[in-house]
Amino acid sequence: MLDNDKDRSKSFSRRAFVVGAAQGALLTVLGGRLAWLQIVQGRKYETLSDKNRINTKMVAPSRGEIVDRFGVPLAVNNQNFRVLIIPEQAEDLEQSLKNLARLVDLSDNRVQKILKESQKSSSFVPLEVTDSLDWDEVAKIEVNMTDLPGMSIDEGEIRNYPFEEATGHLIGYVGAVNKAELEDGDNVLSLPGFRIGKTGIEKAFDKPLRGAAGNSQMEVNVIGREVRELGADKSKDGERVALSIDAELQRYVQQRLSEEKSASAVIMDSQTGAIYAMASHPSFDPNLFIRGIDTERWQDLLSNPAFPLNNKAISGQYPPGSTFKMVTAMAALEGGFSSKNTSVKCTGYYEYGADRYYCWKRGGHGTVNLLTSLMKSCDTYYYKLCTEVGIDNIAKMARRLGLGQRYNFDLREERPGLIPDKEWKLARESKPWRPGETIIASIGQGYMLTTPLQLAVMTSRLVNGGRAVEPWLVGYLGHKNLHPEGNWPSIGLNQNHLKSIKRGMDLVVDHKDGTAHSSQIEEPDMKMGGKTGTAQVKRLSRADRLKGLKNEDVQWKLRDHALFVGYAPMDNPRYVCSVVVEHGGGGSSVAAPIAKDILTMAQKRNPASTKIKVS
Amino acid sequence: MKINTDTTWAYKIQHLGWGLVILIGVVASVGFLSLYSAAGGNIDPWASKQMVRFAVGVGGMFIVALIDVRWWYRLAYPMYLGALALLVIVEIMGHVGMGAQRWINLGFIQLQPSEVMKIAVVVALAKYFHAATPADMKSIRFLLPAAFLIMLPVGLVLLQPDLGTSLMIIMAGITMFFLSGAPIWMFLLGGGLVLASLPLAWMFMHDYQKQRVMTFLNPESDPLGSGYHITQSKIALGSGGMDGKGFLQGTQSRLNFLPEKQTDFIFTLWAEEWGFMGGVFLLAILGAIFVYGASVSLKCRHAFGRLMAMGLTVNFSLYVFINIGMVMGLLPVVGAPLPLVSYGGTSMLAALFGFGLILSCNVYRDSKLPRM
Repeated sequence: MLDNDKDRSKSFSRRAFVVGAAQGALLTVLGGRLAWLQIVQGRKYETLSDKNRINTKMVAPSRGEIVDRFGVPLAVNNQNFRVLIIPEQAEDLEQSLKNLARLVDLSDNRVQKILKESQKSSSFVPLEVTDSLDWDEVAKIEVNMTDLPGMSIDEGEIRNYPFEEATGHLIGYVGAVNKAELEDGDNVLSLPGFRIGKTGIEKAFDKPLRGAAGNSQMEVNVIGREVRELGADKSKDGERVALSIDAELQRYVQQRLSEEKSASAVIMDSQTGAIYAMASHPSFDPNLFIRGIDTERWQDLLSNPAFPLNNKAISGQYPPGSTFKMVTAMAALEGGFSSKNTSVKCTGYYEYGADRYYCWKRGGHGTVNLLTSLMKSCDTYYYKLCTEVGIDNIAKMARRLGLGQRYNFDLREERPGLIPDKEWKLARESKPWRPGETIIASIGQGYMLTTPLQLAVMTSRLVNGGRAVEPWLVGYLGHKNLHPEGNWPSIGLNQNHLKSIKRGMDLVVDHKDGTAHSSQIEEPDMKMGGKTGTAQVKRLSRADRLKGLKNEDVQWKLRDHALFVGYAPMDNPRYVCSVVVEHGGGGSSVAAPIAKDILTMAQKRNPASTKIKVS
Repeated sequence: MKINTDTTWAYKIQHLGWGLVILIGVVASVGFLSLYSAAGGNIDPWASKQMVRFAVGVGGMFIVALIDVRWWYRLAYPMYLGALALLVIVEIMGHVGMGAQRWINLGFIQLQPSEVMKIAVVVALAKYFHAATPADMKSIRFLLPAAFLIMLPVGLVLLQPDLGTSLMIIMAGITMFFLSGAPIWMFLLGGGLVLASLPLAWMFMHDYQKQRVMTFLNPESDPLGSGYHITQSKIALGSGGMDGKGFLQGTQSRLNFLPEKQTDFIFTLWAEEWGFMGGVFLLAILGAIFVYGASVSLKCRHAFGRLMAMGLTVNFSLYVFINIGMVMGLLPVVGAPLPLVSYGGTSMLAALFGFGLILSCNVYRDSKLPRM
């Protein structure tokens, strides 16, 4: 029995050892697994753990301000309260929205739009319900928060344009990001309710104005509630954009143009290219787009025949009419086809081949030379001259003076205009250029198209000693000077020729027989020079002419455009302006008085005497 | 049968096995710290209750330890029958919890009869095999009743249904057979049969059990569904690294990414905050407990004590392996607590009862038990 007991004990010990060894092995497995998870793969799981608990939220940057040369704000950010909703936190999204609609103005349309949006995006992404709430509305919502599950009030910024219509085209406006724009890859665009520049400076300088989003790292628990902030990289606010514009002058020009049905004007510095004012009438209040424009007003803007949404100063393309005569004259002088003293006898028309080309003045101007042809704007002089010079020389000169091209400057809405030549005609119509077309082109008619900005640049180059000045609007981007005052290169024109042309333009206003004499500026040190132009939209037929049909009798859309390019002071031109009154009639009677007023104002304010203020 | 009282109480207390008591205290303290942390640095609601239970349980453990092992020998079958009766009762009128009927509400405690049964079956088998001769151990007729002792409660627990506990009872029972000297071929045959019957078992499994097995096999297949527990637990463990995130700094648990952090996943919480060092420390202490239990068993002069001490030690270790293996993603999620550490009354009391019995074997290692 005792032996039996001993045997059993031995057998038990053996087997207990086996069991113990198994336990030891299993413990080792656990320890090994722990080492695998915590030491070998620790990094990976640490990352996963951080991914779990850290929710990175973007912090919106403030959009950069846009100011005029004196620092007067043209586009600023106002405090804005808006309501956001996180669909997953709203038990019943539609009910929440309906409850909100009882408190603040929220259209059915908007509700439907939000519901649609909510189906497209993840349910934890906040959606903007409404914005630009005032204090009363915010208070009302705060009090009723319990009926509005999932909603929160967010204090943000909203763009405001203090100069309203006066800077509508120039500054442009911002709007919601659309799908195509989202593709630019900037993460800031995915912020709820982020606005992006749509037109004007807001569009052209959108990237620097945007700034960069910051990140705020929030520790969140398993249901996504924020527990605490772990850290934040501050957002980088957008750059301040300081324009060459003089806001008061801008406002004045806008007002002055509003006396006409449809007009645009540019005032620039003939030396530097700085634009002091650029206006297009009719305009629009960009703030309308910020608050959300209603359909009715939108339709009004779209259907208005004067195209209020277009910045006609850079995108309106008009035949330059007689303002082009300087180009033809310069081409003739430079090409050696004429001199200052070349004279032509104007009998009221010019015969070329079988055709008769009429001067605007019935009966003719008698004998005219270069100076008097500009002063009196005699067409016949140019008809005669151009047949020798040829269209290609004229077109080359036009381009040297800045016509028929985009400057790719600070606005995107710029159009190139058109300077036709033989090659162009052949390419476009597969027909050779006809000499008669040169005659029409010599007085800025026919195919030729220019923008008011191009006309201002052309005039600047003629009166600044032939330097290739180009226009610009943005002086400083943040602290960076985009246009350090530098001399523009010469375009290589004979100084005497330039002087002759300028003398002719002086006489247009200064001489009693000049076409714009009635618009002369009385103050001796503010005198203006320039050139009138009347661009035909529809050629009056000979029969109409004989009937004595006047411009005023024609349907508005078919009336002539009134143009004027001018500069002041006459002896040392600094300010150059161009004015185009669409279907306004005669350049001397309609456009020149406007130029007189805005050049007077420009000289009085004299923005050129003040450097652009850096922040 | 006469019960010896030939040693003094002072001697008994002195030879209680204080080393084991201290190890148990250390493990329980790991539990208190973890529960304090699970409550976000708060003694309530878990740590405080757990400490009270531990105090009560340790008191009970001492009483159990000081009761002569011969009494336990006598009580072995009545205890088994009592546990069996409780299992039947829970089956009939048990409350529904976690989709399975497992508790009897005694007012102060949610009694889980299967926990009692895990101990009772070991004690009963220890008694059954106490006087077995080598010849008995080769006789099917002798072994069959013992098999019934195992299969009866297993059947009832499976009805609950609680696959995890049934498997643990089976494994504890098999260990008892093995320790008692059953022939090796039986285990090989048994193992073969189990493998062969796995497909059949699969058919009888509840959907949630199948789901758990499936997610165990590939937890990443469903990271937000059933695999969530395992995935989050692995993230918590792994992110603890070598030194851990620091006491009260476990982000996975504090931010509730870790489910059931105060019960089944408490080891994860511990190892997230104290790292590999803390995890290995706890494993080492648990290993020391296994060694201590085995040494008590080996020093015991009677077969009943040897079998019971070793059986209960294995029982405890099974808990440890299943729980920690589960939170590390080595085993499917079966819902087994880590005894002494996890928040919960029954598992704490059951574990301490088991240790009380082991200590009793230690104190009364020289007692003379009748031989049949």
